[in-house]
Amino acid sequence: MSFIKSKFRHPRLPVNDLGLTYRDYEGALSTLCAGCGHDSMTSAIIKACHELSIQPSKVAKLSGIGCSSKAPNYFLNKAHGFNSVHGRMPSVATGANLANQELLYLAMSGDGDSASIGFGQFAHVVRRQLNMVYMVANNGVYGLTKGQLAATADKGVKNKAGDLSLFTDIDLCTMALQLGASFVARSFSGDKQQLVPLLKAAMSHKGFAFIDIISPCVTFNNHVGSTRSYDYVHDHMTTGAVADFVPVKTEITSSCDSGECEDVCLHDGSIMRIQKVNEDYDSTNASQAILDIESNKKEGKILTGLFYLEPTASDFHEVNDTNSTPLNQLEQDVLCPGSRVLSGINDSFR
Amino acid sequence: MTNYKKNSDQLTPEKTPKKEQEQPLVNEFVVRFANTNGTGSASANNMFAKAILRMGIPVSAKNIFPSNIQGMPTWYEVRISEKNYLGRRGGKSEMVVAMNAQSIDDDIDSVKSGGYLFYDSSRALLDRQIRADINYLGMPISNICLKEYSDPRQRQLFKNVIYVGALAVLLSMDFTLLKGLVRDQFKGKEKLITPNVYALELGYQYANEHFICPLAINVASRDLVNNRILVDGNTATGLGAVFGGATVTGWYPITPSTSVIEKFSSYCHRLRIDPASGKNNFAIVQVEDELAAIGVAIGAGWNGARAFTATSGPGVSLMTEFLGLAYFTEIPIVLVNVQRSGPSTGMPTRTQQADILACAYASHGDTKQILLFPDSPSECFELGAQAFDIADQLQTPVIIMSDLDLGMNDHLSKEFSWQDNKAYQKGKVLSAKQLDEIEVFGRYLDVDGDGICYRTLPGTHPDKGAYFNRGTSRNHFAGYTEKSADYVDNMDRLTKKFINAVNYLPAPIINQDKQRAQLALIFFGTTSHPIIEAIDQLKAQGLIADSLRIRAFPFHSQIETFIEEHSINNKQVFVIEQNRDAQMKSLLVNELQIDPNKLASILNFDGLPVTSHFIVQAVLAKLVNNQDNQKAG
Repeated sequence: MSFIKSKFRHPRLPVNDLGLTYRDYEGALSTLCAGCGHDSMTSAIIKACHELSIQPSKVAKLSGIGCSSKAPNYFLNKAHGFNSVHGRMPSVATGANLANQELLYLAMSGDGDSASIGFGQFAHVVRRQLNMVYMVANNGVYGLTKGQLAATADKGVKNKAGDLSLFTDIDLCTMALQLGASFVARSFSGDKQQLVPLLKAAMSHKGFAFIDIISPCVTFNNHVGSTRSYDYVHDHMTTGAVADFVPVKTEITSSCDSGECEDVCLHDGSIMRIQKVNEDYDSTNASQAILDIESNKKEGKILTGLFYLEPTASDFHEVNDTNSTPLNQLEQDVLCPGSRVLSGINDSFR
Repeated sequence: MTNYKKNSDQLTPEKTPKKEQEQPLVNEFVVRFANTNGTGSASANNMFAKAILRMGIPVSAKNIFPSNIQGMPTWYEVRISEKNYLGRRGGKSEMVVAMNAQSIDDDIDSVKSGGYLFYDSSRALLDRQIRADINYLGMPISNICLKEYSDPRQRQLFKNVIYVGALAVLLSMDFTLLKGLVRDQFKGKEKLITPNVYALELGYQYANEHFICPLAINVASRDLVNNRILVDGNTATGLGAVFGGATVTGWYPITPSTSVIEKFSSYCHRLRIDPASGKNNFAIVQVEDELAAIGVAIGAGWNGARAFTATSGPGVSLMTEFLGLAYFTEIPIVLVNVQRSGPSTGMPTRTQQADILACAYASHGDTKQILLFPDSPSECFELGAQAFDIADQLQTPVIIMSDLDLGMNDHLSKEFSWQDNKAYQKGKVLSAKQLDEIEVFGRYLDVDGDGICYRTLPGTHPDKGAYFNRGTSRNHFAGYTEKSADYVDNMDRLTKKFINAVNYLPAPIINQDKQRAQLALIFFGTTSHPIIEAIDQLKAQGLIADSLRIRAFPFHSQIETFIEEHSINNKQVFVIEQNRDAQMKSLLVNELQIDPNKLASILNFDGLPVTSHFIVQAVLAKLVNNQDNQKAG
């Protein structure tokens, strides 16, 4: 259990456009281990949603099974949540999104959930360009079953029990890039400065937004020799570009012509300002992003930041040509063709 | 052996006089077409069946096809019966149209003694293929096609149309009507009408010139079809889903369920386009596997859209984890299971009713699922729509248990009917206004005492009604709990809900003879087709049978009463099933606590639709056995 929340509210907590304070975005008390990276993710999500003035009830939280998948209970109490079955959240998210395209779908998964049991569902939800934010809390181990190696654990590392990771590790960002995700980023739960703007950008993106969030497991994968420990990630993290999200109503004061940053206009008119750390960085080049991820890895570094952005990508509903009224709101008079039409259909079988 | 040629021809066996023993047989016989799959025979054969239908004569058709795309033997069996016996008759056929050289030995064997073999005489038959007790109608169809057509594809396709033309004159079918059918079939593709009518005429003329027409078996127009329609169950189920308001489906192709979704899709594209924007009022997505297919339905059901998927046995196996989730989290979805022969891949293009237990108790832990058993296309339509009401009202999965015979074969069925004044029953879903009015909302609070709680949809109210839907144990307020009492309370409530479910489900159909019955037949699904015939055949032997058709699980109390009433005084109650293990009997015994000795099983599991002959023989054998035992005792 992480911490007991105080019921005391500061009378002058900052409010957002909806008049809500960040406390209106909180969830139930976390039951994760003290110091769990996932709790930091939770607070980053709360901050991002609050700053974007998202109506909590207009969010649907989805998850599979695992420590990561418990996390949606710990943010946005006023949003409906769906803790589904192991590895199958992507299909549930697909159905939910098909039924109502007006909600913001925030999905939380883990490395076991997405890179092992649900690898197939992960791959296909990316292909479908479902309009959602897909977050993976990546810690390289199975927490709930006490420390077995995950498929994202680097080949050759040992878990806390001393078992060696024998097989090729899966990089979900590389996979997402290959499968056509229109927003791909990696961040670190311990770096809120980077994570919150990336989350805000992902939530504002229309299309499939994937964020792999390295989120150390303090109990089972924080030992010396782990490549997912707090210390290791701190020491080996490098960044290609940082995204900063500028909502549509905010005036942009500083110009962006130095070549170190790039402004990208999103579907709603908001601006994503990408601060380039590496001069050659190009947010529109997915194959370059894959190369960058791999070359950094060869040097023992973990590349983070925004890897790829395609702001004009079509989401599922555009591809499907779905009516703008959410399908779950259509009434019988629209849905049912009625007896007169049926009589003509009967005639076709005579 | 007889040949029916008027003019002798070197391609056919020698001319002999017509057999004397043949009795004229009008409107009561079977024509079996033996074809090679992938050669376009299906549409010609279907045209033949439909022509019979339009002559007002009851007809049924069974397609016995391989799990293959091209080159394997396939059969199409048309039963013409003015007595309205529309189950598969079984046994040998009065006429066999043998168009497949691969299977011709078997096909010759499948002609009933005194019956007819219509075959392609372009190649002469072998001596061993000559049976003395049947009539040979040889027509050099391949040679005719070689002469008439230059395109190899046309040579193949028109063979089928030519034999239909020949059958028209041999069986004295209404040829004008047949030509009209061609025009209907190719509406919009007018270019195809003339060549098809020409091919029909080629067959007609050849047969007329070379054979003594009509044969002793033939058809005569009647007015016995009334307003019935000839359609397959999958089309009906897909259409039912459109009328029932389904908007979301995730699906994965699997025989024999695929056409449920294909038909749903084609009707949606016709009937569900928003008139103002031209956009789709539906979302159909072909997903990566059956797990995802049902996951999509569950996500949409949770979010308040009517959602479904269709599959067959192997898909059901993959879906069972999700079925448990939907049962436990109480999410309405509809699953169509078009059953085929298992286990494993089994006989994927043959029929069975062998998923009863797998579906009734689908998933680990204590789960029970609602099952519906349609028997005809009209019921596929009706229950296909009603299933969404049932699922919404009970907040649980509803599984429609169709089968390959029902799903993929054309059946003469009551027409589809719909009452426009009947509103969708969406069950207990709270609106924002209702949420404002109530003091407390608990997702799993049994407010009405019927085990069915109120649910809310995401995004309904800014502050109230949100809950965390989970497959883990929960309290009344959807909060995680590991307290035994809370868990037991919830499981008990689910039991209560399941018991109450009977009130929402179709009651069994009971047929009581006016005379006191000596035995009773319980059956479900497509077994209803041979039942009428079986009961008549038993009656002819002096045995009066009452019958009950199960239409849903959990079982209606009338089923228990029927069994009790019919098993007194050593009367025998039979449960007829199309599986090996007597799954429905097990379910009846288990759920109703019935003495298993009261129920005798009749089990047909060879992959072909059960016949009345099979049922009658099994009944007689059991009754004789009972008598022997009584004597011995």
